[in-house]
Amino acid sequence: MNPTPLTIHELHEQLKNHKTTSRELTRRVLDRIRSVEPKIHAYRTVTEESAMAQAEAADQWLQSPRPVHPLTGIPIALKDNLCTKGIRTTCSSKILENFIPPYDATVVQRLKESGAVIIGKTNMDEFAMGSSTENSAFGLTANPWDVNRIPGGSSGGSAAAVAADACIAALGSDTGGSIRQPAAMCGVVGLKPTYGRVSRYGLVAFASSLDQIGSITKDVTDCALMMDAIAGHDSYDSTSADIPTPDYARALNRNLNGLRIGIPREYFIDGTDPEVLHAVREAIHAMEKLGAKTREVRLTHTEYAVATYYILATAEAGSNLARYDGVKYGYRAKPTKDLLEMYMKTRQTGFGPEVKRRIMLGTYALSSGYYDAYYRKAQCVRTLIKGDFDEAFKQVDVIVTPTAPTAAFKIGEKTQDPLQMYLSDIFTISVNIAGIPALSMPCGFTKTGLPIGLQIMGRPFAEEAVLQAAYAYEQATEWHKRKPNI
Amino acid sequence: MPSVETKQDVKYEAVIGLEVHAQLKTASKIFCGCSTKFGAGPNTQTCPICLGMPGVLPVLNRRVLEMAVKTGLALHCKISPYSRFARKNYFYPDLPKGYQISQYELPLCEKGYLEVAVNGQIKRIGIHRAHMEEDAGKNLHEGLEAASHVDLNRAGVPLLEIVSEPDIRSIDEAVAYLKTLRDILVYLDVCDGNMEEGSLRCEPNLSLRPVGREEFGTRVELKNINSFRFVQKSMEYEFRRQEKLLREGGRVAQETRLWNTEKEITVVMRSKEEAHDYRYFPEPDLVPLMIAEDLIEEVRKGLPELPDAKRERFAREYGIPVYDAEVLTISKDLAHYFEACVAVYAQPKTVSNWIMTELLRELNNRGQEIADCPIPPDRFAGLLKLIDDGTISGKIAKTVFEEMYRTGRSPDEIVNEKGLVQIRDTGAIEALIEDVLLAHPGERESYRQGKAQLLGFFIGQVMKRSQGKANPGKVNELLKKKLGEEKR
Repeated sequence: MNPTPLTIHELHEQLKNHKTTSRELTRRVLDRIRSVEPKIHAYRTVTEESAMAQAEAADQWLQSPRPVHPLTGIPIALKDNLCTKGIRTTCSSKILENFIPPYDATVVQRLKESGAVIIGKTNMDEFAMGSSTENSAFGLTANPWDVNRIPGGSSGGSAAAVAADACIAALGSDTGGSIRQPAAMCGVVGLKPTYGRVSRYGLVAFASSLDQIGSITKDVTDCALMMDAIAGHDSYDSTSADIPTPDYARALNRNLNGLRIGIPREYFIDGTDPEVLHAVREAIHAMEKLGAKTREVRLTHTEYAVATYYILATAEAGSNLARYDGVKYGYRAKPTKDLLEMYMKTRQTGFGPEVKRRIMLGTYALSSGYYDAYYRKAQCVRTLIKGDFDEAFKQVDVIVTPTAPTAAFKIGEKTQDPLQMYLSDIFTISVNIAGIPALSMPCGFTKTGLPIGLQIMGRPFAEEAVLQAAYAYEQATEWHKRKPNI
Repeated sequence: MPSVETKQDVKYEAVIGLEVHAQLKTASKIFCGCSTKFGAGPNTQTCPICLGMPGVLPVLNRRVLEMAVKTGLALHCKISPYSRFARKNYFYPDLPKGYQISQYELPLCEKGYLEVAVNGQIKRIGIHRAHMEEDAGKNLHEGLEAASHVDLNRAGVPLLEIVSEPDIRSIDEAVAYLKTLRDILVYLDVCDGNMEEGSLRCEPNLSLRPVGREEFGTRVELKNINSFRFVQKSMEYEFRRQEKLLREGGRVAQETRLWNTEKEITVVMRSKEEAHDYRYFPEPDLVPLMIAEDLIEEVRKGLPELPDAKRERFAREYGIPVYDAEVLTISKDLAHYFEACVAVYAQPKTVSNWIMTELLRELNNRGQEIADCPIPPDRFAGLLKLIDDGTISGKIAKTVFEEMYRTGRSPDEIVNEKGLVQIRDTGAIEALIEDVLLAHPGERESYRQGKAQLLGFFIGQVMKRSQGKANPGKVNELLKKKLGEEKR
């Protein structure tokens, strides 16, 4: 039997009971990568050699009497903005094309400690800036459900790889929807945890106050298992919360009795694909049947979220990306007559258009004379948006919305219109601004067979409640069992 | 006829503010665990964090915060209960992240002051703010053709930037402020105060205005000053330059100027138009600092006695002149030495005299600090006791002191071994006097005929004959007696 379509928890049973080995599983995943990669191009780097070595170590562990972690021996893919010691980490940018980090990100270290097998690094929008993975400097990734469509972004490679069974699970990063939106478009489960729940140490920064690492998995149980491995305080990240983490997987059950679900009017608006709205409403209905109570909540500052985000995120990005100046990391434009020209030519040719657009926006927003009108104002609006959620969560336990206004769009459809592209994150951005957790999971398909995503938001550090709601809904439906024909 | 004031007659006054960067004496850097030691091989004291690698994050070294609070309190600053870091963005190869983590809005310390003594007057100079930040690395050009290298050992070394109010009105005041500030930093043990190694850096800004006018003139900032002497010289040059410009009817341009050490002039580095827009914004990788009142109180309790308080106490408690108190409190170690001596030998003025003359001279000659002194305070005090009880003369004591300094031995040992014990025995001194008088019959005759000033000559001869060991008082007394008898 081909094990690659299976989940972490299913494979864990097999590995634990010696029905298969990590080496066998890893070989099968590598075969699968070879077979689907020409069609989807989800990977930047496949680490076959080190993966096989890790699989062998995992098998020894599985043979030993030591307690086995659910991730032991499981092939996992990493978005290419997570630093991996000795493995190229490019952020899908020419400017980091040959950057080999001398250290592991905290999440990578935690995965390794749990015995996971790192199978490769996945494609993404350059520096995580984009919603379609079309901004990669090394070619785009296709959606496994329809290779003429985008997989979403910026964690498009991770989502496509999970959907195509080219890995068992993956990590992504989410600054404005970059885990949830591609998860929605690829029909898989993606969780952006609370800001501070997972260490950012080793995640190449895009917008430091919004970035958060999370998982992309085939189902909700796997999502909980991944959280169990990566969540928790890290002394290397001052913004990581020193709050105990629950046992996420153990907390899952099918009961939704008494759960209060908020439905924000601002997320059910014109311009959203009617098929999407229909599927989300059906999902809400299904949750009510499971015992949940729904009520309307107001998130009145939602309309300012995109504008706020594009000031805060670009301001931070402009600063975070200043270090790519041609002095370090190998890429340098030549020849240049002086230092200034070296800086300018390196950055002109090393960054792609979207990255440069955002650096310019961010630089402008922080410039003297404009700071108050843009950056400071955006921080004020950020407080208001947070306040909206605080108010809403006094009345409800979770908030349910569509993840994206449409299913996956066609490759090239929005590349000429950045604003249209930005609007594809309209339902995911507020969550990052407020720092709360949110999960996307499949809740139906369009008539053309494209997955539709349901978003479940929770209170800060209440990932448990989000996972619980998601799990109960998932167990009552079959959406997560559908596979693309690729 | 009303007098016409020409520009030539206008008297100008300086308005000066000082920006001082003090390197805090922590063992490790401000945001990572790398060593801060000076002088290691290029880039040997670096890690992914201070190299600014993609993905790394800063974590504040608590010692930096404690030292900054300590300094803030010593400078009478208000310690902000809520403070935060900011990014200062600019491109330079020695700045690995393309921004410096500093503080901008909401600095840690604000609204303090420092009192300095200038020409016997105490002047209070306001401290605008003091904030924590990381140092940059260093570009290396020497011995490289058409290339520069970057050494990032210094990147991430903790600094405290201390900005004065523009309250300083003369170059003497500016120098006094800087010296007082350095004394405090060294006393607090938060900075070694070494300007040559760059652990203390000073960037003055200076403008001129006609005496009596309220408004400030246009200010010029000075950079690249690496010694106290150059602080003074650069400001003197700049004062003359601006004064000449104004007298000739010109205008001072708002600019940053570099001090040229060889030519001893200042030259334009950048004009106001070329000034950087640093695009400061709150550092999102560090959480805001909440400083608890308890922490402030704890640090306050641990504050050592500061130079001005110590000076005052020395004058009061030991009854020594203010000048002595100032000299003795120049360094914490010297003050401690003095107090340790007085504890053994309770004659503060004598101790002070001997430290200020013999001991400091010896240290200066050898270019040493009090910490290098081979004579422990109890032995130094022991020497003074030997003078006091008449065992040796003050003159012999100086010889003994030099021997002690050279060998580190005790004064008693030296005195006994060399037979330097003072001669007080009347008979012995009388015998010496007899010898001298016999040897100089001519002078003896002159004295007898009334040339009284020859007494000194005879004393000198007796002392010489005793190899300095005779008690001078006794010699004086006995000589007078003997010669007086002869006169009669």
